[in-house]
Amino acid sequence: MSDARTEIFSRVHKALGRESLSPEQRKSLDERMASAPELIRPQFSDDLVKHFAKQLESVSASFVRVKNDAAIVSAVTEHLDSLGLKHNLVVAQSLKDLQWPKNFEIHSGRARDNDLVSVTGCFVAVAETGSVVLLSSPESPTTLNFLPDYHIAIVKSSQLVRHMEDAWTELRQLPGGIPRTINLISGPSKTADVEQTLQVGAHGPRSFHVVFVE
Amino acid sequence: MQPSSHNFKQNAKVALADKDLQIALAQVQEGFINKRARVVDKLAEFEQLREQGKQIRNHTLEHLDYYLERYEQAVTKLGGHVHWARDSEEACKIILDICQQAEAKSVIKGKSMVSEEIGLNDVLEQSGMDVIESDLGEYILQLAEEPPSHIIAPAIHKTKDQISDLFVKHHAQYGYSERQTTVPDLVNEARAVLRQRFLEADVGITGGNFLIAETGSNIIVTNEGNGDLSCTLPKVHIVTSGIEKVIPTLDDATAMLRLLGRSATGQEITSYTTFSSGPKRPGDLDGPEQYHVVLVDNVRSKMLADEFREMLRCIRCGACMNHCPVYGSVGGHVYGWVYPGPMGVVLSSMNLGLEETKDLANACTLNGRCAQVCPVKIPLPDLLRNLRRQQKRNLTAWQFVTG
Ligand code: SF4
Repeated sequence: MSDARTEIFSRVHKALGRESLSPEQRKSLDERMASAPELIRPQFSDDLVKHFAKQLESVSASFVRVKNDAAIVSAVTEHLDSLGLKHNLVVAQSLKDLQWPKNFEIHSGRARDNDLVSVTGCFVAVAETGSVVLLSSPESPTTLNFLPDYHIAIVKSSQLVRHMEDAWTELRQLPGGIPRTINLISGPSKTADVEQTLQVGAHGPRSFHVVFVE
Repeated sequence: MQPSSHNFKQNAKVALADKDLQIALAQVQEGFINKRARVVDKLAEFEQLREQGKQIRNHTLEHLDYYLERYEQAVTKLGGHVHWARDSEEACKIILDICQQAEAKSVIKGKSMVSEEIGLNDVLEQSGMDVIESDLGEYILQLAEEPPSHIIAPAIHKTKDQISDLFVKHHAQYGYSERQTTVPDLVNEARAVLRQRFLEADVGITGGNFLIAETGSNIIVTNEGNGDLSCTLPKVHIVTSGIEKVIPTLDDATAMLRLLGRSATGQEITSYTTFSSGPKRPGDLDGPEQYHVVLVDNVRSKMLADEFREMLRCIRCGACMNHCPVYGSVGGHVYGWVYPGPMGVVLSSMNLGLEETKDLANACTLNGRCAQVCPVKIPLPDLLRNLRRQQKRNLTAWQFVTG
């Protein structure tokens, strides 16, 4: 429908009281796009990890801190056991080869409807908001973040950034360009649509647990 | 949706006498007003952020042609498609065509006010498609065959009892015949019923809180995760949005997101903030094969020309209606169209004309609270006063003609 496009642009030009932009105007807008002006960032002074943990708690996510990679499996196991969950997991590709105990059933790939628990890594995590940022890829399909009832995300200390803008700085450096989906996850799925009463587990995970590796 | 704005006065009387509605509206104070106040108080920079938000939106609107072009280029480069619709009818036709091309039987929807504005569901249903709203509030209203009464909490006027009744009536066909009476049980039952519908859907339709020119992404902001399942599971993802929703960069988006959650639900951030850009990439194991964006004009380009351009800054947070004493007494349905409250008065008047909406601009005490809380500083009382002036002019002209 190119004529609708033409007409909408001519309506916009008319409303703005001008024709297309001059090359100079265009150039200055191109420059703004290439290097966005520095915008206001909410300041916080407490320690980055502490702030991240505090924010996660305020959005009903749970958080545990472990010393090193070797402790990930036991942290995940403890979490599963505390919730009385079976040791069946769908995991992101990068986590498949951790030293999972023999009795664990582990598969990777996209999540299916009957997958109850997923374990993923992340791209970065944002202390400002307590958000874990995941990028879609063959190794980390988006369904892992939404179909299972329980989502556990592994965040390494090197992945923790202060503000959301810091996540974009890293994103812009990705050689493959922007992925199909960027998820900022800040807590479990919830709804207040019945009488304004907050209830977790609307359509996505009922619980969101972060294992933070120092 | 057939507007009933001309019946405002009559409908308001009915609403004032509706006990269930009055109970529901009383919850706005804690659920929205107090929650927002607490989270805003926590952020020292909030007032600066409002001014900045206003500037970003003004800058974008001033160069709307440029940013729409850049946005379109970015989407196309990723293999997505941008479609342009002059009005609602054209938008519905484009979406229907995409669904038919995909041989869609079942369409699942995330919450989208633009799809309400263009009356999309009726058009798809008339063509034999099964259309399911997946936002819990919207789903409840779909069962009740009612329009939303709030842009953020569409079913705010419904009581738990009424929802229990609706579920009993409509979920028996899926084997849920027991009447659920607690919030967790109701939410769980809806989750189970809708999960199946997500898995079956051929097309997912979502709105776009923002469109980013830099990356060609649409952003959706939700707590339920319904929008995410809607745009991840089906093989086609369609985004419906107004042409004014574009913003320049990821950083600008961040500035707006810091305002949106706080103003809308008193949250620093919602559970899910999702950026979708194009169809799935080679090798991806999930995600849609097709990505379409339908950009709707309707009266937006007209509003760009005059004082009402300020209204185009709106980020649909709902704060103005939460803080409006008129909305608080009569609720959203009385306004008679898609958008209620102060922002709805302006948008309804623009879309439906002053004749249909002549009582709306007068349903305002000019106390100014809407403008004080608006995250992008829209001078709503000024715009309402302007509408009143225009109405008076029309009336005088009319009296002159009819003598
Ligand atoms: S007019 Fe302002 S307060 Fe009202 S919905 Fe729009 S952005 Fe929010």
